[in-house]
Amino acid sequence: MSKVRVLVGTRKGAFVLTSDGKRERWDISGPHFSGFELYHVKGSPADPNRLYASQCSGWFGQLIQRSNDGGETWEPVGNKFVYDGVPGTHQWYDGTPHPWEFKRVWHLEPSLTDPDTVYAGIEDAAIFRSTDGGQTWGELPGLRGHGSGPRWQPGAGGMCLHTILLDPSNPQRMYIAISAAGAFRTDDDGKTWRPINQGLKSQYIPDPNAEVGHCVHRIAMHRSRPNVLFMQKHWDVMRSDNAGELWQEVSGNLPTDFGFVIDVHAHEPDTIYVVPIKSDEHHYPLDGKLRVYRSRTGGNEWEALTKGLPQSDCYVNVLRDAMAVDSLDKCGVYFGTTGGQVYASADAGDNWTPIVRDLPGVLSVEVQTLP
Amino acid sequence: MIRVVLPAHLRTLAKVDGEVKLEVQGLPTQRSVLDALEACYPMLCGTLRDHVTKQRRPFVRFFACEEDLSHESPDALLPDAVANGTEPCLGVGAIAGG
Repeated sequence: MSKVRVLVGTRKGAFVLTSDGKRERWDISGPHFSGFELYHVKGSPADPNRLYASQCSGWFGQLIQRSNDGGETWEPVGNKFVYDGVPGTHQWYDGTPHPWEFKRVWHLEPSLTDPDTVYAGIEDAAIFRSTDGGQTWGELPGLRGHGSGPRWQPGAGGMCLHTILLDPSNPQRMYIAISAAGAFRTDDDGKTWRPINQGLKSQYIPDPNAEVGHCVHRIAMHRSRPNVLFMQKHWDVMRSDNAGELWQEVSGNLPTDFGFVIDVHAHEPDTIYVVPIKSDEHHYPLDGKLRVYRSRTGGNEWEALTKGLPQSDCYVNVLRDAMAVDSLDKCGVYFGTTGGQVYASADAGDNWTPIVRDLPGVLSVEVQTLP
Repeated sequence: MIRVVLPAHLRTLAKVDGEVKLEVQGLPTQRSVLDALEACYPMLCGTLRDHVTKQRRPFVRFFACEEDLSHESPDALLPDAVANGTEPCLGVGAIAGG
């Protein structure tokens, strides 16, 4: 029978939750790296026992951990992230130039084919790559070197590169997203990049055709259809059918289209999930009701999924890297909250149950479906 | 022999219990002790001081002989009691926050 491994990064350590394919009973191990912030933990699609974890602390800085046995044991690997050449400046909150400064790794994206190759999205925004299992890291400088770099500005959470999507049909193509610069695409394995933000509307940007400056919170794709992208922007849920060349809003009947996460059903490329949040000033669910919304039409038409989720007095948030799906049939959907709950649905969102309740605030959730 | 006491999280990271004992050539300074520490325990690189600038991380402090040496030059000689192994050099996670 298949197994599921859920990798949870929290404010105070990492946790590994495992279950068989029924997804009814869960074993919990952790905290790993107790006391540290674990921004992201993710496994290699090419070798599910190879895991990477971003571990950081205000005292001791950034560490990267690697496991070769599915999280049973870990070893620290390289943590030296040095910008290529003279770092230059981006725009600070007050509009003045501010030097690029490494702060932390937000996201680790292992290669689809090589367990030793992994990408890191960092704050201040840049993308790094390791081809030796995380021992050494080098920047892909074409992204920051894009002409718009000096105009990038941090969002409230920092100027973080938080999303990295690898195109399974084209190894030369990647998508990334930065708060609050926007989305970018490379078609030459990271050498050059260009913004893909046409069609995004952000109220605080007067130019409707602004090349950069959009606060993209998350992008998702289905591996069978990599030219179709779904985006949760600061406000607005968006869709592109041409690899990001043009976006259209698909918020439809959502009660609020502010949020952080977005993900796609493992087997239905037009079934997508978001967790609407009241507003950027509140960062908790509307009316104290934690509801996942599902669209089976690729957006615009949404249904609330509430069974098993708290429908009163719930004031948690669901952060941008904290939703994932498994690839079992039926598709499992998982998300973690800032209140420390990890909720799972073993039936594509129809019914939910907390598989753990009282972790530290959840920063990230990833899922591995194992044979 | 120089004795170094690491913060608990870094002892875990380096997989050591208690004090670390280091051989340092010549008269010890913060720089030479940290160089020796990082050579023996490369996983500590970047945790006490910056990889490139070698500046102390902002929330890390260095103490010895009941003195805060954090603002001393990294090339200043450490006290004799540290140099002869009578007293340890302490790396401490600064008390910060509300």
